[in-house]
Amino acid sequence: MGRVRVHPPLINTTDSGGEGEPLAEHPPDATAEQRGTGRALSPRVTRFVLGGAGVLTLLAVLEILPRTGLVNPRFTPPLSTVLRALFTELIPGNAFWSSVGNTLLTWAIGLGVVIVSGLITGVLVGAIPLLRTLTTTTVEFLRPIPSVALIPLAIALFGIDRSATLLLVIYASFWQVFIQVQYGVRDVDPVARDTARVYHFRRGTLVSKVIWPTMLPYAMTGFRLAAAVALILTITGELIIGSDGIGRLIVAAQNAANYPQMYGLIIVTGLLGLAVNLVARRMEQRLLRWHPSTRLEAV
Amino acid sequence: MNTCKRWAAGGLSFLYAVILPIILIAGWWIGSASSTSMFFPPLAQIVEAFVPTWLEGRFLSDVFPSLGRLLLGFFLALVVGVTLGIVIGLRPLLRAYLEPVLEFFRAIPPSVLIPVLMLFLGIGTEMKVFVIAFGAVWPILLNTVEGTRAIDEVLRDVTRTYRFRPTTRLTTLVLRGASPQIMAGTRQALALAVILMVISEMFAANNGLGFTIIQFQRNFAVAEMWTGIILLGVIGVLFSLAFRFAERRVLRWYDGLRRAEKGS
Repeated sequence: MGRVRVHPPLINTTDSGGEGEPLAEHPPDATAEQRGTGRALSPRVTRFVLGGAGVLTLLAVLEILPRTGLVNPRFTPPLSTVLRALFTELIPGNAFWSSVGNTLLTWAIGLGVVIVSGLITGVLVGAIPLLRTLTTTTVEFLRPIPSVALIPLAIALFGIDRSATLLLVIYASFWQVFIQVQYGVRDVDPVARDTARVYHFRRGTLVSKVIWPTMLPYAMTGFRLAAAVALILTITGELIIGSDGIGRLIVAAQNAANYPQMYGLIIVTGLLGLAVNLVARRMEQRLLRWHPSTRLEAV
Repeated sequence: MNTCKRWAAGGLSFLYAVILPIILIAGWWIGSASSTSMFFPPLAQIVEAFVPTWLEGRFLSDVFPSLGRLLLGFFLALVVGVTLGIVIGLRPLLRAYLEPVLEFFRAIPPSVLIPVLMLFLGIGTEMKVFVIAFGAVWPILLNTVEGTRAIDEVLRDVTRTYRFRPTTRLTTLVLRGASPQIMAGTRQALALAVILMVISEMFAANNGLGFTIIQFQRNFAVAEMWTGIILLGVIGVLFSLAFRFAERRVLRWYDGLRRAEKGS
């Protein structure tokens, strides 16, 4: 049990290929953990120390490389300069916090819309075979359309308003939830379904005791993927469309040739991304605590 | 009699497959036929504009450069991602050392690299290829690491016991064993590469698909803008089909294996 990241292999997300595999956007971080045999010294400690050393190395490189002149220090200021800009110029200011707030608000609205709509449509399409046969081709055609193709339309319709970015965010992350939920609903164990039928479960009981628990792990994976995609598209939309948020602030810093601030903001986007991943993973674990992670081995 | 039934079943499934797209397109066509809305011109008008917009000149001057950059960036990401991924995946200590750093880089939205790389490389082709490669490399790299590390211990020992040559080991054990994950990462990377191609051109360019479409939008050439959106959609779909074809070939052994496992 010497794991640092306890991430139960809830669903075999490493499955790839195969007919209409649902987990199309395989999360690279959700592959089934398979540890090597235990080494001497607690692996947990080793990993922690080494990981910390890796981070320190990165920080050192970012500080020293610009100072040696190997890269142009004007375009890549040393880390200390970037951090100073971040802590003394950006963080005390109002613009920074309102931008962070706007980014998070756009992200949250988009994610909320996607979770609700994805759940509803996913459950309907997953539960009604006729709907699925009818929609398969359409979904297969719509899903690979790059969301950013909609940027000109979004600008034409909404200008540089938040709605323009939201359109991208929702289009891109909807599929993550929809596909996962749909597959989760269909994945109900035939034995469980037959048992429910034999015992004449009421419809409500069937949904709450059989379908819901089957679907939830899939849905949570979908939510987690959607959360990450939504953040990327939110910041991209702000960057390209110019709606209010961190992305726009990055462009402003670049235009003003204020490179330390630009890098500071980019670090902030990375930290936001990490935070979103972390929170989503934690929530997934908490909500699925009951889930037997040994399920897989039975297959 | 039997063939008759099979024909009927085939016809029915074909009907199911096409009926909704037909309804949607027909609905769009009819619903927009008398449209005077500025942003939703009649579909007939869009279709009419398609050929003169793209097939007379712009295909060579804009679509080709875009696709060239896309493929170049993507293959760069593939080579670098798989190579580094295998190197890191085979060494547990190196993996522990690099993991947090890689996670951080992956968490940065790739689009914010465009302003950074513009500083170094201007707005030319290099910048865009680099943006595409840099954005697309992470899913491939991290999935390759995962795939390499998850290779069956027993198989690994077998190749060691039988003293496989390193190259044989690489092709028969490592690349093979990791290929399901590598393909999963590659699929993500391809979608990401298309997105980055478009936005790098929307952000700063003087040719290319993304650039042209934004130009149309700025000049209120709405029907032309729509043709661009449709063209991008078609490109996205074609790439995804091509990928699925490639994936099926590469992972044929794996699909067979899984089917056998399920069947037993």
